[in-house]
Amino acid sequence: MLEIAARQTQLEQAFSKLTGLVITVFLFALIVIAAFWLAERTSEKLQKYIKYLIFLTPALVFLFIGLIGPALRTLYLSFRDARGENFVGWENYHWAFTQPEILEVLKNTGIWMVVAPLASTGFGLTIAVLTDRMRRPGVVKSLIFMPMAISFVGAGIIWKFVYQFQPNDRVAEIGLLSQIAEWLGFVPTNWILTSPLNTFLLIIVFVWIQTGFAMVVLSAAIKAIPDEILEASMLDGASGWKRFAKVTVPMIRGTIIVVLSTITIGALKVFDIIRTMTGGNFKTSVIANEMYNQSFRALNYGTGSALAIILFIGVLPLVVYNVIHLRRERAER
Amino acid sequence: MKILNRNKVRDIESVKTHLSSPWASFAAILLATIWTIPTFGLFVTSFRPSSGISSSGWWTVLTKPEFTFENYSRVLFEGRGATPPLSQYFLNTFAIVIPSTIIPITIAIFAAYAIAWFDFKGRNFLFFSIFALQVIPLQMSLIPLLQLFSGGLHIGSVTVIPSFGITGTFIPIWLAHTMFGLPLAIFLLHNFIAQLPRELIEAARVDGADYFKLFRQIVLPLSVPAIASFAIFQFLWVWNDLLVALTFGGGKREIAPLMVRLAEMTGTRGGDWELLTAGAFVSILVPVAVFFALQRYFVRGLLAGSVKG
Repeated sequence: MLEIAARQTQLEQAFSKLTGLVITVFLFALIVIAAFWLAERTSEKLQKYIKYLIFLTPALVFLFIGLIGPALRTLYLSFRDARGENFVGWENYHWAFTQPEILEVLKNTGIWMVVAPLASTGFGLTIAVLTDRMRRPGVVKSLIFMPMAISFVGAGIIWKFVYQFQPNDRVAEIGLLSQIAEWLGFVPTNWILTSPLNTFLLIIVFVWIQTGFAMVVLSAAIKAIPDEILEASMLDGASGWKRFAKVTVPMIRGTIIVVLSTITIGALKVFDIIRTMTGGNFKTSVIANEMYNQSFRALNYGTGSALAIILFIGVLPLVVYNVIHLRRERAER
Repeated sequence: MKILNRNKVRDIESVKTHLSSPWASFAAILLATIWTIPTFGLFVTSFRPSSGISSSGWWTVLTKPEFTFENYSRVLFEGRGATPPLSQYFLNTFAIVIPSTIIPITIAIFAAYAIAWFDFKGRNFLFFSIFALQVIPLQMSLIPLLQLFSGGLHIGSVTVIPSFGITGTFIPIWLAHTMFGLPLAIFLLHNFIAQLPRELIEAARVDGADYFKLFRQIVLPLSVPAIASFAIFQFLWVWNDLLVALTFGGGKREIAPLMVRLAEMTGTRGGDWELLTAGAFVSILVPVAVFFALQRYFVRGLLAGSVKG
């Protein structure tokens, strides 16, 4: 009886959510259509101004309220105390660079920034080169690329299962890594608790996802190398490896750097993998996770904001590089 | 000219075939297999009875096959105490994803069109400023935006923006995704719209079409591929997001999406692999299906975002 009642409320809830969804989408469409309908009926003189109001203003308002304003406020909060009430100077930053736990977090973030992009780009480049010569690379590429569609949370669960450890000796291992270690004659340990190994195990999950991105972008760059250059190097009798090191890599250098910097930005911001797999425990926490803990667990907006600013300063040079690179490319075109 | 080209094409084909070595293909296939094994393990496990999962590795199904759908029916339809079943969270994910994709795309395509084709001073500056906004990590906006949604904006005792009482609904999550998605959306769509042939736009202008008609009748229909590219990006992003939903959902079960629930399950039910694997697979299914169906558009968007082209 109770169960039927529970089902009933569940269905009711589902129904009200769906109607809410339909109404929202419908309302939004209605507003847009009405705005167009009205605007098209105004005089040409008025349209000069209305066109900015309708096309440009919404985006600018959203960008200001959602990004620019909050970013400035975070900067302000990073110099205030936990509740944002009093000015504390550099105290939050001093805290970030002296607390042993936070230094650990910064160290881990550093490891992520170096290892994750190099490994992802390395694998991506390898696979791009290998498949470039294949007759039917479609399936291979799709399989490598597929993890990009999987969430970090889903990937976290997939890999947590791979790293699963069975403490009871009499029961068979169910984690693939433990089983492989056993087959190879090692004694499996509780991988996810072992520092600093666990940070690298988490990085593997990220690399598993990002390699597909690196592969697709680099593969396109390799395809764009003029065939004459390839032929010339063939005629010169360059071997496969030499051709790769002396022709392919220099030709796509720019793209490699963009891929590296893009993945570094992603590695700096990584949050979901840590949250799902270790919760930031066992010395695996990184800056984005610690920022969340400080702000929403410890409810200290001061230290949380300071960590966000440190993250921003880490990302800044990379994005600036990408922007400059893009600008140069536009100028060349 | 044509014939010459065809000969050249044949030459290059021969170069390529000459280059294709069975070892390279073998290595590529090997890597692809390694890449797929973890997902495959999850997939197999989600169909095994729980007793089997905890006592033997999933690879043993090759010798002792034993499968069930029970994990899926349990995780999808059986709640526990105050926790609703996963199907409710699945619905929440849809309720979050659809507006969070439609709204930013609409606003972004408007802005992209304005920046690309309106004549005003500082167009280039505006475009690069918006692109540069991608420097701002989402984390930098979280606290102030959350405060804004819950308390409104006040300067002194003057209320500039009221709070509207939207906390605990889907609205803060939709708005946050819209705001965070805009810089990339405007960037990608602008790249496309700015490349539409100038003659086409100008011909329409001479015909007396105003900027609104021009958008409706020419720009929008031609931009469908670019819109599709970004729509897939945003859809996957929102579907797979944890941080935004966790922060702006305020921990309320009624509006929490799949990812929030799954992250919670790995923490509290870490040992229930039969439920975790089935739940994870449910969450993976839709994005992977979308991805495979529309891979072409996805790749195109990816390339437009990061390399020349």
